[in-house]
Amino acid sequence: MSLLELHGVSKEFGAIRALHDVSFSVRPGEIVGLMGDNGAGKSTLVKIVSGIYPPSAGHLSFEGSDAHIASPAEARRLGIETVYQDLALADNLTAAANIFLGRELKYNVGPFRFLRHNAMNARAAELFAELKSETRSDDLVKQMSGGQRQAVAIARTRLADAKLILMDEPTAAISVRQVAEVLSLIHRLKEAGIAVILISHRMPDVFAVCERIIVMRRGNKVADKPIGETSPEEVTALITGAKEAA
Amino acid sequence: MADTVQGFSNVRRTRFWQKGFLASQSAYVLAALIVIIAIMALLSPNFLTPGNIANITRNFSFIAIATLGITLVIITGGIDLSVGSTMALSATVTSLVLSGLAGAAIALFPGGALILAVLAGLATAAAIGFANGFAVAKLKLSPFVTTLGTLSIVRGLTYVATYGRGAFPTGPDKDLFIAVTAGRLFDLIPISFIYLLILAIAMYLALHHTAWGRYVFAIGGNESAGRLTGVPVDRVKIQVYMLCSLAAGFNGIIISGWLGSAPANLATAYELTIIAAAVIGGANLAGGVGGAAGAIIGCVLIEVIRNGLVLARVDPYWQQTLVGCIIVAAVLVDRLRSLRNG
Repeated sequence: MSLLELHGVSKEFGAIRALHDVSFSVRPGEIVGLMGDNGAGKSTLVKIVSGIYPPSAGHLSFEGSDAHIASPAEARRLGIETVYQDLALADNLTAAANIFLGRELKYNVGPFRFLRHNAMNARAAELFAELKSETRSDDLVKQMSGGQRQAVAIARTRLADAKLILMDEPTAAISVRQVAEVLSLIHRLKEAGIAVILISHRMPDVFAVCERIIVMRRGNKVADKPIGETSPEEVTALITGAKEAA
Repeated sequence: MADTVQGFSNVRRTRFWQKGFLASQSAYVLAALIVIIAIMALLSPNFLTPGNIANITRNFSFIAIATLGITLVIITGGIDLSVGSTMALSATVTSLVLSGLAGAAIALFPGGALILAVLAGLATAAAIGFANGFAVAKLKLSPFVTTLGTLSIVRGLTYVATYGRGAFPTGPDKDLFIAVTAGRLFDLIPISFIYLLILAIAMYLALHHTAWGRYVFAIGGNESAGRLTGVPVDRVKIQVYMLCSLAAGFNGIIISGWLGSAPANLATAYELTIIAAAVIGGANLAGGVGGAAGAIIGCVLIEVIRNGLVLARVDPYWQQTLVGCIIVAAVLVDRLRSLRNG
C-alpha cells in the first residue's frame, strides 16, 4: 500500500502553471529523490503536500484515504513533516523554542498553562545528540552557523512520530561533513520506516540515498524510475530537456 | 574540553553576560538610568526626597501602562500610533457614562456606575484595538498607515462626542473614581504604580512562560516561519493590538481621574513619548525584541530626566531635545554592541 499518492495534481498561480497533472506515489519507508531545474515545480509540489497551498486540480491520498491537507498543522497531524528550503526559523528564539514552536510542552497552574522550559531544552538536546550536531538548545538561532540552523530545522521533524518527511534542499547550505551526517540520518529514517522525499540539486546526494528518482521539468513529471535503472547523465539530460522523457 | 570527532573547537559557549537580559539594550539603559539618578541626586538635594520619588513614580505610571501595551505590538514588528487618541476616547467615554448614570433612575449598588463606566471605556478601547488588529492581520494593511488613520479617526470621535469641550466625571461615584485612579495606597504609593506593577508582572509571565508569548516573539522574528509551523499568526496579532489599545484606554482613564476631567485634547501626541519610551527601553521597531522591564525602564528614564531638569532649573524647553538625544543614543549603543558581537 502506498503511503502518499498524488492523482493528477495541478497548480496554477494566475497565468503561471506551476504543476500540470502530476501523479506519483511513495511507499512507507521509501526514499524518493525529486529533481528538476529552478522553476520546475519542486517547491510547489512540496508546499501542496505540506498543506501550504491547495492544489488547483487533482487530489491526494495519505495512508489509503483521501487527504485534504488545508494547513501545515493538519499535515503534521497526519504525520507529514517538512524541512523548508529557507528553514523557517525565528532568529530571535532559541533552538529549543524553534523546535517546539507551535507545539510547546506546558503544565497547568489553575486556568493558566506555562511552558516547560527544562523539558523542552532537554528533549531538544537529545535530538541534537541524535543528529550528531553540536548545537545547544538554549542558544539563539541568530548566533548559529548554517549547519547548526539546518540541524534545528531537521531536529524539528524528529519531534513527533512522522511517517513522511519532506526535505527541500536540506544540504544546500552546510559543510561537507554535515552533508554526510544528513545523508546518514536519511538512511536511519528509512530503517525506522519513515519515508523521505528529498529535493536536491546535488546529484551525488540523490544517488547516494534515494531508491527512486522523479524528475520534473516545467511543471510536468518527465521521469519516475528506480535509481538502478538510471544514471546521473540521464537525469541531467532529463532536467535540462536534452532528453524529453524516460 | 574533550574534543569529539564532530566537535567544533572554534565554537565557544555563549557567556552569561552575552545572552538574556544582561545582553539586552534594556540592561544598558538601566545602567545609564542608575548613573543619571546618582548624578541628579548629587546635583539636587530635593531629587531623592520621598515626595519627589512619589511624584516621579506617579508621573511615569501615567504613560508606562500604555508603553507595556505598545511594546507587545512592537515585538510583533508592528506599531500603534493611535494610543494617544485611544487614551482620550476611553477617558471621555468613561466620564460620559459615569455622568450619564448619575442622572439615571436605576438603582445601582455603590460603585456599580463606576464599574459600568470603566467597562464602557475599556470596551471602546478594545473595539479600536480590534479594528487596528483586523486591518493589519487580515487585510494586510501597513500598521503605520492603519494606525495613523485610527489616530485621526479616534481623536475626531472624541471631539464629536463632546463638541470639543471634553467630559467631566460627575455623579455619586465620582469620589470613588478619583480614589481608584489618582489615589495613593497607605497615603504613599500611587495606585497607578500598583496597577503598573501587576500588569508588568502579568506581561512578563505571558511573554516568557506561555506559548502565546513565544508566538508574539516568533511573529516579530520571522512571521512566515510562524505560519509554517502552525502559529495562529492572525489571531495573535489581533490580540496584541487589542491589548495595546486596552492598556492605552486604561491609562487614559487613570489620567482623567488624576486631572479630574477628560479634555478632548487629552494625551495629544502622547504616542510619540510612548513609542520613545518603548524604544529607549529596548523594544526594536524591526520586531522580535522587547519586554516589560525595558518598557518601564524607558518610561522611568524619560521621567527622571524631565524631573531632574526641572529641579536643576534648566529651561524646560530643553527637555524634548534631550529626550530625542537619548532615543538616538540608546539605539546607537545597541547598534555598536551588536556590531562588536557580530
